[in-house]
Amino acid sequence: MISVYHFMTVAAILFAMGTYGVLTRRNAIVIYMCIELMLNSVNLTFIALSSHLQSMDGQVFVVFIMAVAGAEAAVGLALMITFYRNRETIDVDDMNLLKL
Amino acid sequence: MEIIFFYMVALVAVISGFLVIRCQSPVNSALGLVNTFFCLAIFYVMLHAPFMAAIQIMVYAGAIMVLILFVIMLLNLGTAERKRYTHGIVWSSLASLLVLVNFIFFIKRGRVTGVEGDITPFLIESFGHTELIGKAMLTEFLLPFEIASIVLLVAIVGAVVLAKKEV
Repeated sequence: MISVYHFMTVAAILFAMGTYGVLTRRNAIVIYMCIELMLNSVNLTFIALSSHLQSMDGQVFVVFIMAVAGAEAAVGLALMITFYRNRETIDVDDMNLLKL
Repeated sequence: MEIIFFYMVALVAVISGFLVIRCQSPVNSALGLVNTFFCLAIFYVMLHAPFMAAIQIMVYAGAIMVLILFVIMLLNLGTAERKRYTHGIVWSSLASLLVLVNFIFFIKRGRVTGVEGDITPFLIESFGHTELIGKAMLTEFLLPFEIASIVLLVAIVGAVVLAKKEV
């Protein structure tokens, strides 16, 4: 029988993979996609626990997380386009304007 | 039977997540991410949350991924990136392995507790999942709902300002 721990284990694996991607990749768009992966694993945990506890609160929170992710997509991708227009790259190793 | 299906979907989700973090081309990463989103939607259906599965596919796989693919093709990144595409693999794998071991330890040793509500799977089937979410969102969570609309408005204005010519 499937328990809530199975879903939480899958979510933990996906979250760790997202962490690895954010820390290793150099392309800013791929880093953004790995952040989306981590947000989705948190969504899976929310819905698994909400279904286990037979309550609706976790699923309403997932709707709000999706709204914030949409806002983040719009602003983040506009930032990347602006950065690409100024520096001709979106490599995070080249984002060193604040470095001494 | 159901547990075999669960393990198959979980395997596909984890392999697609691995493709997201290992593929050199951003387009391949985006396709792997779409695959992961569909696997998570299947999980939501298995957890008696069909409305969540629908908006997972519509919002994430439909809207956000199309936006990401548009930006990838607008910036023409598929052919530009031919040099190194990773950095700091050793320390990052140690850190993410620590995260994974920590989570698995908590999941294995901990036990889920909490106040049980009254939203049973039978009620979801008879009353409807969308109606239940709408009722919770427009009565108990009305203030966060309004704040989410303000967040979306600010994001629209910010995106329009950033996309102007002379920023």
